[in-house]
Amino acid sequence: MSISDAQALRYARHLNLSDVGPSGQEKLLKARVLVVGAGGLGSPVILYLAAAGVGTIGVVDDDEVDLSNLQRQVIHTTARVGTPKADSAKVAVGALNPDVNLRVHRERLKFDNIATLIADYDIVADGSDNFDTRFLVNDACFFARKTLVSAAVLRFDGQLSTYKPHAGGPCYRCVFGEAPPDDVWTCSQVGILGAVAGVMGTLQATEVLKEILVLGESMAGRLLIHDALSATSRLVKINRDPGCALCGDAPTIRDLSIHAASNGGVCSV
Amino acid sequence: MSATMNIIVNGEPRAFHAGGSVAALLTSLGIDRRKVAVERNLEIVPKSAFDTTALTDGDKLEIVHFIGGG
Repeated sequence: MSISDAQALRYARHLNLSDVGPSGQEKLLKARVLVVGAGGLGSPVILYLAAAGVGTIGVVDDDEVDLSNLQRQVIHTTARVGTPKADSAKVAVGALNPDVNLRVHRERLKFDNIATLIADYDIVADGSDNFDTRFLVNDACFFARKTLVSAAVLRFDGQLSTYKPHAGGPCYRCVFGEAPPDDVWTCSQVGILGAVAGVMGTLQATEVLKEILVLGESMAGRLLIHDALSATSRLVKINRDPGCALCGDAPTIRDLSIHAASNGGVCSV
Repeated sequence: MSATMNIIVNGEPRAFHAGGSVAALLTSLGIDRRKVAVERNLEIVPKSAFDTTALTDGDKLEIVHFIGGG
């Protein structure tokens, strides 16, 4: 692959960066990233990955754009209320960067479709809105040995980490165990300051780009906890849990069948 | 009477019985262990070690609530 004149201009600020340069830009153009959820986190993730020239971006979302989404889901527009979010993301990305092949997956991730879906991608960015999906994505990425960059937001708070147990380090279950008994922490009535999703989604996009480019320090083994109200972030160490049901020394989860009973949850911020 | 130690939970000093576990602390705080991760001195305590991890004097703990919004 060689970079065209138009691409040399479009990606000039990447090509200037000594740690990216032409070879890094070619890595981005060849990269394949699956974004789970085109919502508050997915919006900046998709936009920044597209702007960066990530060549193939898959977007999984079975929801439609709602007026109440637009306070934070900046990839969508008022005119596209009622259209599927994945299609809306494709329109936005098409207008932003024709280098990007955005693949629309208008479906809900389930135990029996996720493995096929993620097989086509190098990295998964989870910005979903419920714990059932988050644990499903984690487990599927573990079995498929895919790097998972996972972010979550609520109210004024955000959390972010990268899970790649195939390269050492913990998985999402090592930190969070299993889905909490109810979904009070994700329901729409709790609310979110829209820009917090922008902060965390942009950090998430940054970490995806770092993983593609193999730059700097990975977030694997570290959890970033952001508190917008105090304007502070802290990094805490997370280790692989030998007692983890998925990646521990005596795992009890051997496949995705434990997710068969789940309908994926429906509440969203 | 058992000995007590001083720990800091979410930035607030707190007395707790010496050698008490992470699980015991959550119980005393009335927190459902399924809904939180526990950070001890800037390190997350593995879920499977809540019962066996003994706190020590001066520990700084943060209760990290699960958030799952996107």
